[in-house]
Amino acid sequence: MPPKTKVIKQRELNFLEKLYIPEVIRGVCITSGHFFKNLTLHSLHRIGLLRHIAAAVTIMYPEIKRRYPHRYRTRHRLTKRDDGTPRCVACMMCETVCPAKCIYIVAEENPDPNIEKQPKTFDIDLGKCIYCGFCVEACPEDAIRMDTQIMNIAGYTRESMYYTKDRLLNPEREGDIVKPSGSLR
Amino acid sequence: MPTLTVNGKEVTVEKGSTVIQAAEKLGFDIPRYCYHPGLSIAGNCRMCLVEIEKFPKLQIACHTQVQDGMVVKTESDVVKKTREHILEFLLVNHPLDCPVCDQAGECWLQNYYMKHGLYDSRLDEDKVKKSKAVSIGPTVMLDSERCILCSRCVRFTDEITKTSELGIFNRGDHSEIGIYPGRELNNKYSGNVVDICPVGALTDKDFRFKCRVWYLKASPSVCTGCSMGCNIEIHYQLERKHIAGGDRVMRFKPRENEEVNKWWICDEGRYGYPFIDKNRIHKPCRRVPDPVSKDGQKDMSPIPWDKALDMAAQKIKEIPKDAWAVLASPQMTNEELYLAKKVFGDTLGLAISLVSPNREGYSDDFLIKADKNPNTRGAFELGYNVLKTQLEEMVRKAEAGKIRGLYVFGQDLYEFLKPETAEKIFGPCELLIFQGTNWNPTAARASLVLPSAVFAEQDGTFTNFQRRVQRIFKALEPMGESKPGWEILAGLSERAGRKLSYKETHEIFDEIAAAVPVFQGLTYTKIGKKGAVLA
Repeated sequence: MPPKTKVIKQRELNFLEKLYIPEVIRGVCITSGHFFKNLTLHSLHRIGLLRHIAAAVTIMYPEIKRRYPHRYRTRHRLTKRDDGTPRCVACMMCETVCPAKCIYIVAEENPDPNIEKQPKTFDIDLGKCIYCGFCVEACPEDAIRMDTQIMNIAGYTRESMYYTKDRLLNPEREGDIVKPSGSLR
Repeated sequence: MPTLTVNGKEVTVEKGSTVIQAAEKLGFDIPRYCYHPGLSIAGNCRMCLVEIEKFPKLQIACHTQVQDGMVVKTESDVVKKTREHILEFLLVNHPLDCPVCDQAGECWLQNYYMKHGLYDSRLDEDKVKKSKAVSIGPTVMLDSERCILCSRCVRFTDEITKTSELGIFNRGDHSEIGIYPGRELNNKYSGNVVDICPVGALTDKDFRFKCRVWYLKASPSVCTGCSMGCNIEIHYQLERKHIAGGDRVMRFKPRENEEVNKWWICDEGRYGYPFIDKNRIHKPCRRVPDPVSKDGQKDMSPIPWDKALDMAAQKIKEIPKDAWAVLASPQMTNEELYLAKKVFGDTLGLAISLVSPNREGYSDDFLIKADKNPNTRGAFELGYNVLKTQLEEMVRKAEAGKIRGLYVFGQDLYEFLKPETAEKIFGPCELLIFQGTNWNPTAARASLVLPSAVFAEQDGTFTNFQRRVQRIFKALEPMGESKPGWEILAGLSERAGRKLSYKETHEIFDEIAAAVPVFQGLTYTKIGKKGAVLA
């Protein structure tokens, strides 16, 4: 069956619209209407009035960052034990399940026989990562999470997208952690 | 011979065999931990319990001898339920530390749980703690918590190596495998306890944390460590270059062959794989006075294959025939040895001889042979002569300054000649061509180095000391620009004016079978994976 096509004719402008000036005035009215409505509401909110009526909200990125939902998948981090060592035991589940093959782990001996194994290196190539979250799902030790709320991952070189164990263990060092800000969710 | 029925199928087996063997003959796989065909029967894991008519209780299949008219059920409901419960008992004190366990992926507890268990744990009590990560010898690590006390390792050291280092200590659920005081598990076959351990209690130090087993691929092959020719599997991985510094071969495992090594392999062979990836010659090289080499070898400059072969062929023509010595090696396959003889002997008219280190290595009456070469017997069968006298003759000739050209296959002459004797040979020599796999002092002295593939990178056959011809299979691509030895020889032959049309090694082997009487009638298909004895 051939696809149905509906021909839409462009509406002709009427006389007033063709005059141009009235339409410009109408546009300025809409914009200033919003402006004065928000100006009034925000001023009244400041002195504690009409709080139940919402005013327009603009998030001043990057000075202010929005908090993402809890299940949102953001940059990875490696969790730590109480003594600060990584929880990871280098079981390679994440490395195995990773569909982009962007996780590279080399294991080594942990001196504590009850831990036994730990990662010597744990690298993620974020240039390759597709943020599917399988690594988090596969981890039997809750050692890898994607809850740093860091989204602005960019670099000038491919090498700078290559995150080593040290960077993954200490995401707070990158200074991009979002702190919950008052009026925003 | 008794005839019995297993799961409704009739089978006739030899008198004295057990139910587990009869079921195996029919293709029914009865789960087992303690039973191993190479060891005595212990019957302690209870995993192989089966229902036999007219017996009041379930019987262990590994220790119940077959009788005429027996009716065995291995898959009835009561058997299945029993297996589940047995498994639950075996796992009561198991630590479930699969994430850190090297056995994970080839663990019989994991496999049987998925096949016969799948219950929810009912254990409320604390698990018994035992010692973990204990070194019990130079090659093996012990984790007592993971052990299910099948006693395979104890029986191995008692019956196969007869060294009895291992035993079971303590009582009840505190029983554990251990080493006798003041001993360590350091016999020549210690690695086998890791293979026969069905769980992760005994793991290999060499393989420890190196690679997860599900990354591995396996290829059948033959050990080149000595003239026994033990059947092995090469376990390798290619995809993950960050593992073990980019090495491809991760470990060797024995492959069952009733006629040769049964289920075992010695430690020397098991850990003799690093040369496949380490210190390899990657490109054809020519000696130049200026050190510009990228291969890390001083004074060596890489050249293209064509140029290298042209150069070799040219020099072979320039130096008079009687001033040449061609030294073949018993490390070469039958195909390479045959072709070397054909190219150097027939086409080029040079004298080719076989040399081998004359010092003998350790040997015993089980698997380890004194001759540390895999194909000495094959070389004899192909018409190469006694080693020692030829070498002495060559040394004498060299000392008289009569040897101007030397073509060495793989071997390091410094290994079996005194340094001053080797100098006497190399000194007056105008041209030393080295065709081999790894850098060694002889290669470093060569004027021309031709990189050849190792045994894991090519097809071929070896003849072991029993005159058994066994196949090796190509598992990996030749490293760098290296080529299988027979391809290099074919290239030389072409430049000497005789084109050889081989595309695969089986064509060379068919030619050997036609030309050499003892090989008559043999083909790659006939040899198969288990080998065939020469006529």
